Amino acid sequence: MSPESETSGGLKTELTLGLPGELQVQKSGIKRGFCEVVDLKLVNNSKSESQPSSKTQVVGWPPVRSYMKNLVRNCKYVKVAVDGAPYLRKIDLEIHSSYQDLLTGMGDLFTCLTICNVLNERKLMDSANGEEYVPTYEDKDGDWMLVGDVPWKMFVESCKRVRLMKSSEAIGLGAAAPSTPSKGSSTGC
Amino acid sequence: MAQSFPEDVLEHVFSFLNHDRDRNAVSLVCKSWYDIERLSRRRIFIGNCYAVSPEIVIRRFPDVRAVELKGKPHFADFNLVPEGWGGYVYPWVVSMAGAYPWLEEIKLKRMVVTDENLELISKSFKNFTVLVLLSCEGFTTDGLAYIAANCRNLRELDLGESEVEDLSGHWLSHFPDNCTSLVSLNISCLGSEVSFSALERLVARCPNLKTLRLNRAVPLEKLPNLLCRAPQLVELGTGAYSAEIQSDIFSNLSEAFLGCKQLKGLSGFWDVVPAYLPAMYSVCSQITSLNLSYATAQNPDLVQFVSQCGNLQRLWVLDYIEDVGLEALAAACKDLQELRVFPSDPYDAEGNVTLTEQGLVAVSEGCPKLQSVLYFCRQMSNAALVAIARNRPNMIRFRLCIIEPRAPDYLTLEPLDAGFGAIVENCKELLRLSMSGLLTDRVFEYIGTHAKKLEMLSIAFAGDSDLGLHHVLSGCESLRKLEIRDCPFGDKALLANATKLETMRSLWMSSCSVSFGACKLLGQKMPRLNVEVINERGPPDSGPEDCPVEKLYVYRTIAGPRVDMPGFVWTMDERVSSRFSRATEGHGD
Repeated sequence: MSPESETSGGLKTELTLGLPGELQVQKSGIKRGFCEVVDLKLVNNSKSESQPSSKTQVVGWPPVRSYMKNLVRNCKYVKVAVDGAPYLRKIDLEIHSSYQDLLTGMGDLFTCLTICNVLNERKLMDSANGEEYVPTYEDKDGDWMLVGDVPWKMFVESCKRVRLMKSSEAIGLGAAAPSTPSKGSSTGC
Repeated sequence: MAQSFPEDVLEHVFSFLNHDRDRNAVSLVCKSWYDIERLSRRRIFIGNCYAVSPEIVIRRFPDVRAVELKGKPHFADFNLVPEGWGGYVYPWVVSMAGAYPWLEEIKLKRMVVTDENLELISKSFKNFTVLVLLSCEGFTTDGLAYIAANCRNLRELDLGESEVEDLSGHWLSHFPDNCTSLVSLNISCLGSEVSFSALERLVARCPNLKTLRLNRAVPLEKLPNLLCRAPQLVELGTGAYSAEIQSDIFSNLSEAFLGCKQLKGLSGFWDVVPAYLPAMYSVCSQITSLNLSYATAQNPDLVQFVSQCGNLQRLWVLDYIEDVGLEALAAACKDLQELRVFPSDPYDAEGNVTLTEQGLVAVSEGCPKLQSVLYFCRQMSNAALVAIARNRPNMIRFRLCIIEPRAPDYLTLEPLDAGFGAIVENCKELLRLSMSGLLTDRVFEYIGTHAKKLEMLSIAFAGDSDLGLHHVLSGCESLRKLEIRDCPFGDKALLANATKLETMRSLWMSSCSVSFGACKLLGQKMPRLNVEVINERGPPDSGPEDCPVEKLYVYRTIAGPRVDMPGFVWTMDERVSSRFSRATEGHGD
């Protein structure tokens, strides 16, 4: 729970959990970059990280045949953080077959965002406040890259987490990726 | 005693009896009926391969044409039965090779089959037509090559969900060019690619092919080639259902499906690309059986596709269908009889989908013929279970798996006793039940009182005491199979109901509180049961008598203790029990 939110006066949000170390960027109550509709379970920071491992290592439980486990093991959940939003969503990269599909998926997940393809750039836009977001990701080497630069399969393989970065901040990202302040390394993953 | 009818008349009458139960009943009438029946029985089903020996079977039934055998207990599906436990088909194949030269069909489930066994089968039975291997293991694709090459009149080859060591796809090319007899081919469990041209030619020359289940390696672009050559297919399992989005692939696919006027069943759908689902729209209204349990499509694509299939009777699907999809299903598919919903991510405690008890309630309300359910979910309530029970008194199979062990009613935090109690009380024809969630001894009281037709019961992380087990063993008159894991059931109920065990096929108990001493006692008292203790950590007698055994498998048998046990399985028969006691007696510890 970050101290800022508690002192933010009349802004009574349940959504006080954010990425540790991240500034609470809630514009005072009026226009928020994101929908209020948030699944509280996803907000709960304490549970999110160690997910599948902790409880579920009972042999043979749940009673799923091994061929079904194999099916699902092609499952790659990565966290998607959106600048200005205090919560994370998870997206399964393996479900998507292309970048366009991924953007569509993110549009579905963050229902306030719509895809806008400007020239060759893939962006998402929040229609409420006109803010544009550029999808970026952290790869295996810890570098922040623009989503879309490498072949899809290579992206799926190397992507560790995704951040929808405000367009304004994304300038200069690409070749010489400025290492963003450790927002990414936050969540004790 | 004078016969009313000559033997051949009786034999003719008996030929109309196909069900084992009827034939068994007939054989009990008198000695001559017993003899006529046994000489004319052509199909035998052995639910536990260790309950009887090949010699005993052959002696009684000398002219059998079809054999069905089951090996490992059901919990082997979930890795609870260690490797090497048993279930070898070898002695059966060897004996039958000599005794049943006219054998046509072998169906095996959860058995260990080797390439040598397959070779022997392919060479011993001249009229061999049907080989079904469900959840089997121990063989490679080399073994399949023997079957393909030598079984001239093969009609059915079904590899089910077996674990096959995949050396290559070349085995399929061993089907001779003059093999035209195939009716059913299921290779969906195989990993490696078979020669597509060999497959294409095989399909083209088998005009009676009705069932074709491909493996993942068969690409979607090539599927039309097969469908065009087999428009008479009734059941199709696709390979990977993904391809680059190209309009010519789509149109070829649509056209091919359009030609399949007999198609009733669909499965496969690995790696599904939703854009290609509409290619099947022309057949959707014919489809009665749909297996989407590998299809990782989400809504709205998923529900859109399923809703097209208004005549669906059976649906297997991942929890990506969500409650909203199940509500649509309930509205669109009024003939639905069987629903299975599998977890897309079973090891994620929270899940990423909105699939709750609501979906199941909706289907139970909307589908009047729903009688068979397997449902994985993350929350349940007594209220929902009661609603389901009241909606569907015609339910005969009900298997519910709440992912978190011992999860209570999420609304009231109470045990789910009342909910499952309502199921057994309302669904008077219930044959099979699997339970989960927080359950006390009370639910077992309900089961013992009401579940009079119940044949198979699966219990996990439930109950408080031996009373629970006692209720089940003493109350469920029709019980044949009981499998239990991680329940506080111990010696008392087991020993008090020892004779009940002879009326059942088998009992499995793992991670319970049954002591080694009780197992020994049970083995001593009940010579017609095999009481097998599975202890991987060491011999059961290395600790005190009251030490619980890891796993216990008890089954009735007329073949005596088995001789193929691995080192971690001990059978508690008279000789062995006394050997154990002698060994411990001398210890000065």
